[in-house]
Amino acid sequence: MERQYMLGNEAIAHAVLEAGADLVAGYPGTPSSEVIDILRVQKERELYVEWSVNEKVAFENALAAAWCGQRAMATMKHVGLNVAADPLMTSAYTGVTGGFVILSADDPFAHSSQNEQDSRCYAKFAKIPCLDPASAQEAHDMLIDAFALSESLGIPVLFRPTTRICHSRSDVALGPVATSHRKGEFHRDPRQYVVIPAHTRVLHRKLNEKQPLVVKALADRGYNRAVIRGKTAVIAGGIAATYVQEYLPPDVSLVTIGAYPIDRAWLQEVVRKHSRVLVLEELDPVIEEEVRQVAGTVEVRGKLTGSVPREGEFSPAAVASMLAKEGFIPQDAVPVPRDAVPDLPPRPPILCAGCMHRATFYAMKRVFRDGIYPSDIGCYTLGLQLGAVDTTICMGASITVGSGISHAGDPRDVVCTIGDSTFLHTGIPGLLNAVYNGARMTVVILDNRITAMTGHQPNPASGETAMGVQTVPVSLEAICRACGVTFVETVSPYDLPSMIEAMKQAKGRDGVKVIIARQPCVITARKAGVKRGMFAVDAEACTGCETCVAFGCPAIEFREEKAVITGLCSGCGVCAQICPSGAIGREVAR
Amino acid sequence: MKETCDVLIVGVGGQGVILASNVLGEACLAEGRPVKAAETHGMAQRGGSVECHVRIGGTLGPLIPPGGADLILAFDLLEALRYRHFLSRDGAMVVNRHMVVPTSAFMQGLPVPTVEEALEMLQDLQLCPLDADAKALEAGSPLTQNMVMVGAASLRIPLSAESLTAAVKRSVPTKTIEMNLRAFQLGRDAAAGCW
Repeated sequence: MERQYMLGNEAIAHAVLEAGADLVAGYPGTPSSEVIDILRVQKERELYVEWSVNEKVAFENALAAAWCGQRAMATMKHVGLNVAADPLMTSAYTGVTGGFVILSADDPFAHSSQNEQDSRCYAKFAKIPCLDPASAQEAHDMLIDAFALSESLGIPVLFRPTTRICHSRSDVALGPVATSHRKGEFHRDPRQYVVIPAHTRVLHRKLNEKQPLVVKALADRGYNRAVIRGKTAVIAGGIAATYVQEYLPPDVSLVTIGAYPIDRAWLQEVVRKHSRVLVLEELDPVIEEEVRQVAGTVEVRGKLTGSVPREGEFSPAAVASMLAKEGFIPQDAVPVPRDAVPDLPPRPPILCAGCMHRATFYAMKRVFRDGIYPSDIGCYTLGLQLGAVDTTICMGASITVGSGISHAGDPRDVVCTIGDSTFLHTGIPGLLNAVYNGARMTVVILDNRITAMTGHQPNPASGETAMGVQTVPVSLEAICRACGVTFVETVSPYDLPSMIEAMKQAKGRDGVKVIIARQPCVITARKAGVKRGMFAVDAEACTGCETCVAFGCPAIEFREEKAVITGLCSGCGVCAQICPSGAIGREVAR
Repeated sequence: MKETCDVLIVGVGGQGVILASNVLGEACLAEGRPVKAAETHGMAQRGGSVECHVRIGGTLGPLIPPGGADLILAFDLLEALRYRHFLSRDGAMVVNRHMVVPTSAFMQGLPVPTVEEALEMLQDLQLCPLDADAKALEAGSPLTQNMVMVGAASLRIPLSAESLTAAVKRSVPTKTIEMNLRAFQLGRDAAAGCW
């Protein structure tokens, strides 16, 4: 058995290979993206890997492979499961023949997400098993078993790592990669796969009848464990179980939960051996509600008693405080931080030097001074710092929120921004709808030819698949025209005057206008070997007006009343176009 | 008795913080020691604040509690200030005497401490300041400053120099191995007087 130091997502990807999975499809989303990014560059592979257009598409592709008897997985972040929720709910009814695992990575504290939803609730809602690993090693081991579990029960399995599993590293013991694969074969069975009412009523009953088998299969696997050591107990789920163990005194019982649904008979027996239990789990009180069902007279402490936070992420320090507050450990066992320095300037992530989005936002704010700016999910959400983002709710919602504001009667210009990948993910129906229903708005598609925020995954605009196969890049112009848009202009945002002119034209027209701001992502361009000369400020000519500083490029600093361009400059040249004194020019070789 | 040696590595996206933590992790593997680490993703290109937790000997969670770090490696003075509360009572900090001013501070005209003021605000700590940028240039590339920092920290880390240099070789691109080993040694020599 080989041991490697690896990222949780690498361990998961390796487990996919060990399990001999045949098809993996997903849509990028932090913290889940590395799983497919690792699988797609495997050299000797027999499994099919794709970046799908969105999570619903990925889910259905993988589901179909599992219907054909293959081992299949769909990967996404927690909010991606909302997009795939439609097939999720009914796939539990149809069941599967091959193993089908849905990886939905949760993000407590919303490190890189729009909410903190708890995927465990989806598993309960859909009546499918959920595995919740507490470490990278357990994620690896559980994922292999998830395929077997799915096959033995004929049901999809939800696998739910959190950010601190996906993006933690540790020494992980790996097994051999499977060498044999299954050839998919579809067996026609309308009563299984055609969910007309007459069929689905039967399937629902069968799903309910499966539930005791699910509980027993999970109980047999021992993912939920109890070590009885005293009259009080801590019951912890997922990674919280590891935090608890750093502080738990030897006379307090420890119950760790890694799989759902929990066997209630077992849980009742365990809980009732104690007089008082504390339930520690991130996000929703899923375990706690089960514990309360079986507790009888045992005192249960947790989220519902205000003992444990209902939001955010846990940490060893946070768990120590909870244990101390509830009297499980003395207050002086909680680590004491040193003095912090107050009021430090923050260092948020920002758009790169030379990012095309910054230039587009600059033009947009110049032309549509009084505009309303619905935006979307991607790097460009960072445009918030530039005052260019007024709304963000979920993938694809810039256009729909924009048309809604237009129909609501606000007389100001509505200008929404959406990335190429996000437009293809769920933006198209919104555009079609806006045109069809007569909205008045401008849609700016920020087309950098890649899904940048999550680590530069290819999408249908990139001309390449996840497996590196060249494919025809989709024409965003043709899609927009097919949706009924008559004004479709494609401009490079590095050409500021042309971008401003295109926006002025759009502003003067009625209906839905589309501007495609196209320029390859500055990072992918650099990796592809594109080199532009750097720019520099002529200190004599610089008046210190700070117009370029307000532009917000990380390559521009302001020292001793003059602007300075640093080595971060990527040569986009936009600052030279906005400098009112003409003080910025291409650097002459020195 | 604490079983882990907890190392917090902080800096600015793009400075190679994650690669530095990988060297510690690989060195643990070489010595057959368990290790847990947690890292910030997605900041490398975007200049955000980055923190990596490495728990040498760790078998439980990857996060270090504030007040629990045995060692902090700060690649930037502002980040040293931001994370100083993580240092334990007898912990030590290796800090690069440089500060990248956040773009937002320029844009909003926020007050930023000077290098001297920042060092002053760290004076109560067991501190090892060094010019990692200069040492990296001496080694052959500014990109090797992360290995200068690891080298500087190496005498305070319960892992052998052999395991650490082997880990450097495993972690960096083949063409840059010599340069990075040089950076490691320059950092190690520079900090020798600190401990």
